[in-house]
Parts: sequence; structure tokens; C-alpha cells
Amino acid sequence: MATTKNGLAPTEVKEELLRKYPPKVARKRAKQIMINEAQQAETPEITANVRTIPGIITMRGCTYAGCKGVILGPTRDIVNITHGPIGCGFYSWLTRRNQTDASAPGAENYMTYCFSTDMQDQDIIFGGEKKLEAAIEEAYEIFHPKAIAIFATCPVGLIGDDIHAVARKMKAKFGDCNVFAFSCEGYKGVSQSAGHHIANNQIFRHVVGENDADKPGEYRINLLGEYNIGGDGFEIDRILKKCGITNNATFSGNSTYDQFASAHKADLNAVMCHRSINYVADMLETKYGIPWIKVNFIGAASTAKSLRKIAQYFGDRSLIDRVEEVIAEEMPAVEAVAADVRTRTEGKTAMLFVGGSRAHHYQDLFAEMGMQTISAGYEFAHRDDYEGRHVIPELKVDADSRNIEELEVEADPTRFAPRKSPEELKKLEEAGFKFKHYDGLVPDMDKGTLVVDDLNQYEAEKLVELLRPDIFCAGIKEKFSIQKLGIPMKQLHSYDSGGPYAGFQGAVNFYKEIDRLVNSKVWGYMKAPWQEHPELSAAYVWE
Amino acid sequence: MLLRHTPKEVAERKALTINPAKTCQPIGAMYAALGIHGCLPHSHGSQGCCAYHRSALTRHYKEPVSAATSSFTEGASVFGGQANLLQAIENIFTVYEPDVIAVHTTCLSETIGDDLKQIADKAQKEGKIPAGKHVIGASTPSYVGSHVTGFSAMVKSMVAAFSEKTGKKNGKVNIIPGWVEPADMEEIKRLATLVGVEHILFPDTSGVLNGPLSGEYKMFPDGGTTVADLKATGDAMGTLALGELCSGDAARLLDSQCKVPCKVLDMPFGLRATDRFVDALRILAGVTVPDEVALERGQLVDLISDMHQYFYHKKVALVGDPDQLVSMVEFLVTLDMLPVHVVTGTPGKAFERRIKELTAGLPCEVNVRAGGDMFLLHQWIKNEPVDLLIGNTYCKYMARDEDIPFVRWGFPILDRQGHQYFPTVGYKGGLRLLEKILGVLLDRKDRDDPEQTFELVL
Repeated sequence: MATTKNGLAPTEVKEELLRKYPPKVARKRAKQIMINEAQQAETPEITANVRTIPGIITMRGCTYAGCKGVILGPTRDIVNITHGPIGCGFYSWLTRRNQTDASAPGAENYMTYCFSTDMQDQDIIFGGEKKLEAAIEEAYEIFHPKAIAIFATCPVGLIGDDIHAVARKMKAKFGDCNVFAFSCEGYKGVSQSAGHHIANNQIFRHVVGENDADKPGEYRINLLGEYNIGGDGFEIDRILKKCGITNNATFSGNSTYDQFASAHKADLNAVMCHRSINYVADMLETKYGIPWIKVNFIGAASTAKSLRKIAQYFGDRSLIDRVEEVIAEEMPAVEAVAADVRTRTEGKTAMLFVGGSRAHHYQDLFAEMGMQTISAGYEFAHRDDYEGRHVIPELKVDADSRNIEELEVEADPTRFAPRKSPEELKKLEEAGFKFKHYDGLVPDMDKGTLVVDDLNQYEAEKLVELLRPDIFCAGIKEKFSIQKLGIPMKQLHSYDSGGPYAGFQGAVNFYKEIDRLVNSKVWGYMKAPWQEHPELSAAYVWE
Repeated sequence: MLLRHTPKEVAERKALTINPAKTCQPIGAMYAALGIHGCLPHSHGSQGCCAYHRSALTRHYKEPVSAATSSFTEGASVFGGQANLLQAIENIFTVYEPDVIAVHTTCLSETIGDDLKQIADKAQKEGKIPAGKHVIGASTPSYVGSHVTGFSAMVKSMVAAFSEKTGKKNGKVNIIPGWVEPADMEEIKRLATLVGVEHILFPDTSGVLNGPLSGEYKMFPDGGTTVADLKATGDAMGTLALGELCSGDAARLLDSQCKVPCKVLDMPFGLRATDRFVDALRILAGVTVPDEVALERGQLVDLISDMHQYFYHKKVALVGDPDQLVSMVEFLVTLDMLPVHVVTGTPGKAFERRIKELTAGLPCEVNVRAGGDMFLLHQWIKNEPVDLLIGNTYCKYMARDEDIPFVRWGFPILDRQGHQYFPTVGYKGGLRLLEKILGVLLDRKDRDDPEQTFELVL
């Protein structure tokens, strides 16, 4: 049986995590903690995307956070109005570090603003539709934006404000401003994931396809599931541009309304964060005929691999050669830093508990530094993110997911155009090219590692105590309790104000950052000299 | 320009808040609850509220902020959150073992009408609350008041749940500090001790949200007001409530519940408010103020006189919470500065009256708004520019666009550190405020002066 670095069997670690729980809690959590052992060429099953247990201190956020904060937060020229009491709008105001480049003359940028209807008790009692209508009107009068988006918070759903009717009415009234709404009340679903879905559905329904104008540039792709935290998207765009690949639209880092409106003009969808957006890729394929592939620009080798994949898809010799030139140009600098850093990081261990893709993608960067990921898991993933897309047909639709709308999409009667003929697709597949494919996190992790879904504060602390990783990665809420234990903690939601970590330059940034963290002198200062050596071995003699 | 769409012309808005100068009640309740020793705050609502509040508090204090949530789903939102809270109480006492669970409501649980008291009673009857442990609750709907009133509601709940009158006075003075930094709470205690007054400070986040790094994680740090001390507040000689909005209600409840007389004072920011605090302590406890305190005061007066030439008639814009702003505006007036624009997001006309009183007689118009927002403040600044901006981190966008020297003060501060360790209350805190203000004013002068008038000695 496999043992961990500290000599504990993974089963013992799991038992220890569950020991203190009331029986019901222990039973439920046991299904979300999985020891990664090969089971006759199958990955073991994990329970995911289920309710958090009340009272258990979860890392998760809510549907509103996933919708307004994550998906629509990074788009700069939409006026996002939170319909609700002030808190939700306030907390999602600039806190996710979505960078944006609004430097073009006349460019709009509302990301620095927070808009809210600031509902009061009389709005809860008598209904908030009138106030919402007035707020939209005021926003239009002051800013004249091209689009206004409305986000519902918990009480809005309960009191029954029809935000979609208000949006329709105001859109018709203005004529030159698209107004649409999101029923993303915080209590829906079980995590942020439901919010991503609600956000993406509405963008697909109300914005995608609005602009049919032809766009310049060849090898047009959409980058789906990239949020430009700490400038990741800037670095990816730099590399794509250098290769001659045109980024038509990013969903949604550094994006604009028009990018969404023109998304159907791309010839390939490249999916970064599988969890937050794979369904949009599916819908774009069904409606417009754009195939999709999974990519990963986290890690230098993964970046090179993803670029090659895109070039192979288009199949032009000039693009394939250009991509190779770029990789050859970029890699030496990255490898030089990796080789140096590796002398100090080789053999160290990491734990990653973030998001719906990062806990997977960042393992590549750690591997490039010779570091092993001994435990990982997602905050809001579904089983396919762990085990691969082949499990999708088996996924049960429970009470919480039933309420999250699935759009019925058909081929667009005039704009559906298959980007590749069936023969071309077949040829690519025969050459090893995989469309609509994602293997998930589990197959990439070593045997005997622990995969934990929806990790909570208690289990995090136990894992760190038992396995003493050299670095732990999660979010701001987890940062300081881990660091109190003397273990460096790197935020992988917001990067601790660092980044970018994507692409080639991002890899260099990450190597240096992890080197700094795991080798910082501060972790050696925990005890004062008198605590380390309390004995009075010698006495000064004062004469 | 980062706030490029903000027009100079002020148009009154009835429905749309832009760039709020407040947040919601529950986060205040959570912060207050962290000031009880061995307490786990609990957010009764959907899990996003708890995640947002923990994140905001963590980003500000740079410390672990543990708090649990009822994790409402759609079902709980329809059928009520009782089952979730009962389950949460059982899980929390089993897994985390706090002495106290301090539950606050959210807009969600308030809208569906959950009754915290009834649910806590049920938990008690069902044996879910172990002997000697406590569940207290505060009603903090997000659509009423602001983070400040939420703080106040939880402090009031501490009195309601714990304060006991045994009939035997304990010779102590209760001090309710209001929403200030952990370092401020520590400084208030130091000052009271220096004056020679035995006291119980509650809530007390010092030692909780400015804890040490020692390789050990304590989910319940050493700091915080103990339950025993909270009980003993009912036997105190009197209560000093610092800040009407943050602390007044709890002090008055203590008076009616346990007959402990109270006095509501301004928060001790700046010279005059600190003078009144020290004087009130002296009178209440019947002690003579020692020379050390007079020395600290004299040092502050000395620095005010030394810096006066740089401060005289400089225009200041401020945004923040009412209790803090009242004292800060008074301090600025003391320095012969001109607070010309004052905004708080927290509603309440009393604030506007108080600011008008404090600034009466100044040789300038003073704009003041309770229930205002930073968008309005920015517009005011565009119409009447200022020399200095004081407020939380969100002000940095205005400061950059308008190129105004900026002192970070208030909540939240997300981009600078040290506020958890260095107080701004008391005479010592006054020194720090002066240092910070002069620093940004003269850094600006050094940046802007042409080479021929750039000078070594200022």
C-alpha cells in the first residue's frame, strides 16, 4: 500500500480527516474524499457538486458570486447593476483582480464602478421592480452605455421581482442599449458553478451573435474560461499575437460587449477553465458549427502543447512553423529560470484547492519545478472535472441542479457553418487530435494522493498538520490559518497580487514566486531563542 | 482615468447607488462577534454572504477569520432555515468546539422570517447546545442600516445574552469601543489602565485580528472578551460607549437591563475627543489623571503646533463611517483644516446635523451627506477641489484621477498594512494621524516643487 511522505497510509489520513465528524457528516464527506488508486484502468468515483453541510466552514461562495463576480466581472463596458441590498455589490467590487486594458481612445470602462439598487426594507415589503427600473433609467441617463446587466441577489427571488420583464421593458424603451438580467440568487445551486452557468446562458442568449460584421485577422479563435486575473490574459494574448493567431473573444478576461457579440465569428473555441464554460463551447458548436478543444496555458510545456494543438487544427504549414519558432524563441529563457529554481524546489510538495480547473492546471507548473502535488481538489467542480468527460452521461440531475437552466440550442438557420468537413475532422482525429475532450484532474495525479472535493477549514488544517506540504494553495479565506502553522500559502484565486502566471513569462513569474515562498527565511523565525532552548545552561557572572 | 465616466454635474439620484460608502449589516455583526473570546460567528443565510464577509475581513486584517454558514439552498429558502441552523449548531459544537456561537441573520433568512430565538430555544431543548456553551443571535437584515448598525446589533446582543446583575458592584467601568481597529482597542485599554481605571472592554478584537505568527494555529486566539467578563458587565459602575451608532444601543440596554449608568461619547480620535474620554474615565472612576497622560497630551499639542503651518486652511474631503467621521472632522477643525466634503453611506440625519455643528463658523461651505456614496463625493471634489482625501482603499481611484494626497483610514483598507498594529485613537494615535497627513502633504510638495525651489529643510 502506498504511503505518504510522512509514512502515513492515505487511508489513515482519510480516517483522521473524518474522525471528529458526527456520523452523518462523516458518511457524506467520505464520498468526497478519494484516495487516488488505479482500479483496473478506471478512475475511482468521487462525489462532487453536492450541497455543503451547514456549519461546516466551506471555501465555497454563492451563485451571485459566480455570475456577477466571476463571469461578468471582467467585462469592462457593461454597466453591471446589482439588484439587492448593498453588500453583494460592494463585496464584488474590484476584489477579483480582473485586469483590463481600456487605454484605447474613447474606450469605456465601468469595472471601477459599483452599481447597486441598495434595496431598503420598504423595497422588500412592497417589491423592488420600480426602484430597479428607476436605477436602470438613471444609469442610462448618466452613462449611455451599450449594455446594462441586472443581477438578482437572494431576496429578489423571494419577493418575486420580475427582473427580466423590467430588462425587456427598458431595452425596448432605450432602443440603443441592450438590457438583460440574471436570476443568480445566492441560494441557487450548491456553489459558484451554478452562477457561471446562469451567466453564460444569458450572455449566449442575449449577446452572442448580435454583431455579424466581419472581423480582420486570420486563425480566429475564442479563448473560453480565461479571466485575466493578474494579467494572465494579457500574456496569452501576447503569445497568440506573436504566433499570428487572432483572439476573437475571451470569455471573459479583458473582454468587451462586442467580443461576446462577435463570438460566432471564430473558427475554433479553445477552452481553458472546463468547469465554468464547457457548455458554452458545446452551444457554439451546435448553433454555429465551431469545434472546441481543451487547452491549458498554465505551465510552459502546456502552453507550447496548446499552441501546437491550435496550429494543428488550422493545419497551415506557415502557422505550424510560426508556432514552433515562437516556442523555440520563448522556451530558453523559461528553461533557464526553471533549471535554477529547481535546485531549490526539487522534491518539495504542494497542495492545491481552488476553483474548477486551477487545482489541475497548476500541477503542471509545480511539476516543471520538480514539485509533487500530494493532495488537490476543487471548490465547485462536477464529477467530469475530476474523472473526465466520459462520466457526463452518468451524472445524476439532483434537486439543486434541476433548477439551473439548460438552454436548448439548435443550428442557426443562416449562420451555422461547419468549420471543418467531416473528412477533415476525421483526419485530425486519426492523427490523435481530440475534440470535446477532457480527461479531468484525477488521471494526472500520482497514486496514493488524496483528492478532496469542497475541502473545508477543518480538513485543510488536518491535511497540513498530517502531511506538512511545502506549500498550500487556496484562496484568501484560507491563507492566514495555513500560514499560522508555518506553511507558506499561495492564493491561486487572486494570486496574492502577483501574476501573470499563464504562458511563458507567467511560468517564469510563478517559478520565482514559489521559490521565494518555499525558501523564505521567515518560516524559520517561529520560535524565539528562549523557546527553542529554555534550559539555563549558563549564567552570566556580573562582577 | 479610472473613473472616466464620472461627470462634474451633480444630478440627484433616487434609485441608483454608485460606489457605495457602506456595506451590509452582517459583516459588522461578524466583526463584533470575533471580539468575544472563543466565539465562532455564524451567518444564517446562503454561503456566499459568509464567504464575502470572511474575505473582506481577511483582506483588511490579514488574519484568519473563521465563521460558519447555514449554507441555504433553494429548498431552505422556501421552507425556512431552521433545519439548516439546527444542523449547523450541532456540527459546529462537535467539530470546532467554540464556547459561543454568535448567529446573525442575512437578507435571505430575514425575508423568509426565520426566528433566531425560537431556533436557538429548540436547539437547547434538543440538547444540541452542550452545557456551559452559548448560542447568541442578532437580527441583521442587509436591507436596513449598514455594516455599522450590524456591528451595533451584535454588541447589543452580547449585553442581552450575557450581562448579569448580581447586586454586587465590581468596581469596573465598561468600555464599548465601537468598530475600530484591534490596535485601537488595545490603545483604549492602555489608556484606561494608565488613568488607573479597572475596565471591561467589549467587544475586543485585539489579540484576535492582530495575532502573532508562531507556527501554531489557534482557531480561537487568546484575545477577545471572555464570557465571564461579558457577564460581569452587569455589575460595573458605569459604561462608556464610544460612538453613538456603534455602541449607544448596547450601553442603553445595559442601563435598562442591569441599571448600569452609561455615557455615550465620541470615539476618541484626535485631541478633543480623547480629552473627553479621559475626563469621563476620571470622573466615573473617581481617580486623578496621572502625569503620564498629561505628558502624552502635551506631546500631541506640541506636534499640532509644529505642523500647523502645513495644515492651516487646507481643504479636506472625507468618507467613512459616522462615528469615526464625527471625531475626525472635529480633529481636522482643531488643526485649523477645512473639512469641506463629508460623506457616509450609513443613513441618519443626526450625522449631518452633527457635522454642521462641528464645522459651523469655518470660512467655507461644507457639503455633508448621510446615505451618500463615493460617486457623489467625487462629483463634489470635481466642483470644489481639495488638498487632502481621507477614506478607505476605494478612494485611491479618486485620489489618482484627481491627483489628491490621500490618507487611508477606515474600513476596508485592502492595499496597505500596519493599521491593525498602529492605533489612531488616543493621544498616541493622534500623533500617528498627524504624521500620516503631513507625510502625504509634503510628499506631494516634494514631488511638485520645481528644482529651483526644491528644499532640503521643510
